[in-house]
Amino acid sequence: MILILLTIFSGLLFISRLFYLQIVDDSFRRNPLNNAAITAKYDYPKRGYIYDRNGKLLVANQTSYDVMVVPKEVEISDTLEFCDILSIDKAYFIKQIKKATHYSPRLASIFLEQLSKSDYAVLQEKMFRYKGFYIQKRMLRNYPYNSAANVLGYISQVNEERAKNSSYYQQGELIGTQGVEKQYENVLRGVKGVKYYKRNIHNKIIGSYKNGQHDTLAVVGKDIQLTIDIELQQYGEWLLENKRGGIVALEPATGEILALITAPNYNPNLMVGRDRSKNFNQLYYDKINKPLFDRSLQAQYSPGSTFKMVNALVALQEGVITTQTSTRCFGGYKYGRASSAFMGCHCHSGGRPMQLTEAIYKSCNSYFANAYKKTIENYATTEEGMDQWSNRVKKFGLGNYLGYDLPVGQKGLIPDATYYNRYYPKGRWRVSYTISNAIGQGEVLTTPIQLANMTGAVANRGFYYTPHIVKEIDNIPINNPKFVTKNNTEIDPKYFEFVVDGMQKVFEQKGGTAYYSQIKDLEVCGKTGTVENFIRVNGEKIALSDHSIFIAFAPKTNPKIAIAVFVENGGYGSVVAAPIASLMIEKYINKSIQNTWREQNVHDKNLYELEYNKQLELLQIKDDTSM
Amino acid sequence: MQISGKSNFFLELDWLLILIYLALVTIGWFTIYATTFSSEQVALINLTTYHGKQLLWILFSFLLIILLFSIEAAFYERFSSILYIISLGLLIGLFAFGKTINGQTAWYSFGGFSLQPSEFVKVTTALAVAKIMGDNLFDIKKTSDLRNVLLVLAIPFVLILIQPDFGSAIIYFSFIFVLLRMGLSIRLFLSLLVMTLLFISTIKFGVGATLLVSLLLLGIFFYYAYKRQRMFFRKYWPFAIGSVLFILFLVFSSNLVYKKALKPHHQDRLSLWLRMEKDPNKIRSLKRSFGFNNDQSIKTIASGGFFGKGFLDGDRTNGKFVPEQHTDYIFSTIGEEFGFLGSSIVVILFVLLILRILQKAESQRSKFSRVYGYGVASVFFVHFAINIGMVLDLLPTVGIPLPFFSYGGSSLWGFTILLFIFIKLDANKANEF
Repeated sequence: MILILLTIFSGLLFISRLFYLQIVDDSFRRNPLNNAAITAKYDYPKRGYIYDRNGKLLVANQTSYDVMVVPKEVEISDTLEFCDILSIDKAYFIKQIKKATHYSPRLASIFLEQLSKSDYAVLQEKMFRYKGFYIQKRMLRNYPYNSAANVLGYISQVNEERAKNSSYYQQGELIGTQGVEKQYENVLRGVKGVKYYKRNIHNKIIGSYKNGQHDTLAVVGKDIQLTIDIELQQYGEWLLENKRGGIVALEPATGEILALITAPNYNPNLMVGRDRSKNFNQLYYDKINKPLFDRSLQAQYSPGSTFKMVNALVALQEGVITTQTSTRCFGGYKYGRASSAFMGCHCHSGGRPMQLTEAIYKSCNSYFANAYKKTIENYATTEEGMDQWSNRVKKFGLGNYLGYDLPVGQKGLIPDATYYNRYYPKGRWRVSYTISNAIGQGEVLTTPIQLANMTGAVANRGFYYTPHIVKEIDNIPINNPKFVTKNNTEIDPKYFEFVVDGMQKVFEQKGGTAYYSQIKDLEVCGKTGTVENFIRVNGEKIALSDHSIFIAFAPKTNPKIAIAVFVENGGYGSVVAAPIASLMIEKYINKSIQNTWREQNVHDKNLYELEYNKQLELLQIKDDTSM
Repeated sequence: MQISGKSNFFLELDWLLILIYLALVTIGWFTIYATTFSSEQVALINLTTYHGKQLLWILFSFLLIILLFSIEAAFYERFSSILYIISLGLLIGLFAFGKTINGQTAWYSFGGFSLQPSEFVKVTTALAVAKIMGDNLFDIKKTSDLRNVLLVLAIPFVLILIQPDFGSAIIYFSFIFVLLRMGLSIRLFLSLLVMTLLFISTIKFGVGATLLVSLLLLGIFFYYAYKRQRMFFRKYWPFAIGSVLFILFLVFSSNLVYKKALKPHHQDRLSLWLRMEKDPNKIRSLKRSFGFNNDQSIKTIASGGFFGKGFLDGDRTNGKFVPEQHTDYIFSTIGEEFGFLGSSIVVILFVLLILRILQKAESQRSKFSRVYGYGVASVFFVHFAINIGMVLDLLPTVGIPLPFFSYGGSSLWGFTILLFIFIKLDANKANEF
C-alpha cells in the first residue's frame, strides 16, 4: 500500500517539477543566449562619423590592435623576445597571464591593450611563434580637433552592471557615455550583426545554431552633422582659457547651437587610448575645476540684469506699463517702509524721468523694480500675480529643461506662488519680499543655454525654436517636431522693438554698458549682467568678485547669432563677458577680428591668478584656523 | 487444471508489462543515441559508440528473455539460494580480479567489455528474500526470521558499499517496502520517516520553528486521542512523555549534528539541496563545484519547454553540457529534446510499470512469487525515484542508473532479468496450487 502511494506521489511530484521547469519558469528559454550551449559572435559595424555644420570632420574612427591571450593554449619558447617586441617587462607578462587565467583558462582575455602601429607590424610577422596569443582589431574614436569635448562626449566600455540590465549590450562593448555620443548612441552605433553558434562544454564551436535562422546582419552607423561651427567653438574655447564659465551661441532663426563652450574643458583625445582610465580619474576627481561639469548646460547662476528685458516685456504685455511710461530714479528703489528696504541703482539719471529704452541701456534697477511690482500687483492676490508672472517668464524657455538633444542639463528656477508659500506659509509674503527677481537676482536661476535661448527669443521678436545640436543625420535634415516647431513667448512682437532699441544702445550710446565692445559696421544688441556671489567659510559669508554676464544678438535686423556669455568672478558684465560676446559675434559674422589687441587682451586675462587661487587660499586658510 | 503448450503460455504472459518494457527500452536507446550523437558519425551499429553497443546489449537482452521464459518457473524458487551464493561469490571475487573504474572496483573486464555484478545481485537478492519470506512458516515477528532476511540484505549491501559504490548499495534499502508489506510493524518505518523529517526541518527552518510546529501537531494528536478515550493519558503516559522527549532530543541533536559534527562541505551540500543559501555568490560557487551536475541538468531540462527541441536538436545535449548524460543523467536529454510532453510520458510509463508489477504481485497465489513481485517493484521504485529526483534537482547527487535508459549492458540485463523472471512467474501462476 505504502509503495503504491509513494509511486503515485513521486510521479505527480516529478511531473509538477517538470511543469515548473519547462513551462512556468521561462528564464532559460527567453533568449537563446541564456543557454550556455549557444554562443553569439558579433560583427560590429563602423560607428558613424560626426561633422560640424560646415562639413569639417570632428570625430572619426581609428583602428587599434589588442593582444589577446587564451591561457590554456599558451606555448612560448622565447618569452623574452615576446616581451621585447611588446616593450613590456617579464613581471607584466606574468601578472597578465595570471589575471587571464583567473578570469578563465579557456576564454580569451586582453593581454595588452592598444598596440602602436609599429609594434603591431613587428608582432604580426612573428605571431605564429606565440601559441595562445592573437591580435584583435578594435575601433577607437579619434578627434581631429582637440576641441568641443563637452559637446561630442566620449565612448566607453559597457560595465557589468549595465550589460546585465540591457538586452543589447554585452560587457566590454563600446557605448556613448557623454555628449552627442550618448544622445545619438543608437544612430551612431548602427546595429551589430550577430551569428549564433552551438558550442560544447569546453567552449568549442560545434556548428551553427538552427542553421542561422536567428542570425542578423550588421547595420552601419549613421553619420551625424552637428549645428556646431567648430571654428567658432575653438575660438570661444581659446577666449575662455584660464577662466571658468560658459558660452552658448545659437542661430535664432532655427535654434541651431553654433557653439557650446565650457571652461575649463579637456582634450577629447584624453578619453581614448591606453591612459583613458587614468585620465578620466584625473578629470573626474578634480573637484576644484570640475572639467567634466558642462557649465554651459549645467551651471545655474542668477541672470542678473540680463533678466530685465523679460520683466519689461512681461509688464508691457500685462499692460501695467507702456513704452512711454517713465520712472524717476534717485539712486535706488524704496520698496518698503523700513529704511533697509532699499535697492540701490547705478544708472546715475539723477531723478530725470526715464523711459524703457533708456532704462535698459542704463540698466536702471528702479525702473524694472517698479514694472515688476506693478505686474504682480495687477492681480487680486499676490499669489495670483506671482503665478501669472512666473508663467509668462517660463514662456521664454526659463525655469525648466529646454529639451535640447544633449544628455545633461539643469532646470534653473523661476519661482511661483507655491515656491514662496513653502518659505512663507499661508501666503504670508508680499511682492516686496521677491523684489530682487526684478533685476535677476533673488531666487531666479538660469543656465547659460537658457539665457542664450531667451536672447534668441528677443532677437526673433517673440518666438524661439528649441535649441539643438544635430543638423543632419545621414545627410537628411532632422525633422524632430520638437526642433522644427515654433515656441511662442505670447508677447506681442510690437513691444520687442523698444527692448531691442535699448539693447542696441547698450553698445552704441555713450554710457551704455558695452559701449567699448562695439563692432564696426555691425548693429549689435546686448545687455550686461553682474551677479553678486558669496562663499561661506565656517558660516561666515564672504563676498567674491561678481560673476560677469553678457547676452547679445546681431545683426539687429534678421539676426544671425544670439549669444550668452558667463564668466565666473569676471567682475562687471562689461569687463570680460561683453568683449567675449562681441568678439564671438564678430568672428562668426565677419569671420575675422579687426581689433586683435582686444582679443589678445581677453585671452590673456587669467582669472586663476586674479581670483580662483585666492578663493582657494581663503578656503584653505579658514580651514586651517578652524582646526 | 494443468496447462501446457506454447500458445497457452503466450496467452498467460502479461503483455502490458512487456509493452511498457519495450517502450522504455526503445525510448532509452534513442535517448542514448541523442547523447552520443555528433554530426561526424553516421553508422548506426558501430561498436565504438555508446548507442552501437547499447543496441547490441538490447539484442542480447531479447535472447536473455527467451532463455528466461524457457526455464521452468519452479527453477527460480528452487535455485534461489544457490544463485544468491554464486552472485555473492562474484562480488567477493571483485576484490581479487575486479577492474577499478573511477575509483570503484565494481567491474569484471573481458577484452573490451566490462560486467558489473552488482546489477545482477539485485536479482538474486530479490529471489533469496522471496525464498525466505515465501516460506509458509516464515513469521516476520519472530526475531530469528527477521534477522535472516536482514542478513541476506546486509551482506551484498556491505560488499557493494566497500567497492565503494554508494548508489548501488542504497538499493538494498528498497526491500523495506517488502518487509512492510509482509507484516513488519509500520511504527519503525514511521519513526524513521519522522526522524528524517525532523532532521530536515530543523536544518531548514531552525530549532524554534520545528519545535513549535511538531509539538503543536503532537498536542493536537493528544487532544483527539483524549477526546476519544478519556483514559488515554492514564494508560499511555509513558508514550506521551516519551514522544515529547523524543522530539526534543531529535531536534536539538539534529541541530548539534548539523552545526558541529558535519564538515563545512557537507553543510554546503545540505544547504544547497534545501535551498537555504541566500548569498548569490555562494550559490554560484556551490553550483560550480558539487552542484554542477544537477545545475546543468535542470538548465538542460528547462530549456526543452513544452514540446522539446526535437530529436537530436538538443543543443545542450549536443554540447555535452551535462556530465554523465548517457548514464545517470540521461533523463535530462529526454527533458531537452522531448520536452514536458516526452518526459511526462516517461514518468507515467515508470509509474505504470511499478503499479502494474504491484497489482500483479498481489494476484500471485504463490507466496514466493508475491514477495518477489514486491521486491521487483521496490527496486524499480527506488531507482526511478532517486534517479529522476536527482536529475530534477530535488535530491542530492546519488549515482544510480535509470532502468532501461542509462547506458550499460549490466544494468540493462540486470533489470531485464529482474522483470522477466517476474513475468515468467506470473505467467506460470495457473500451474501453482
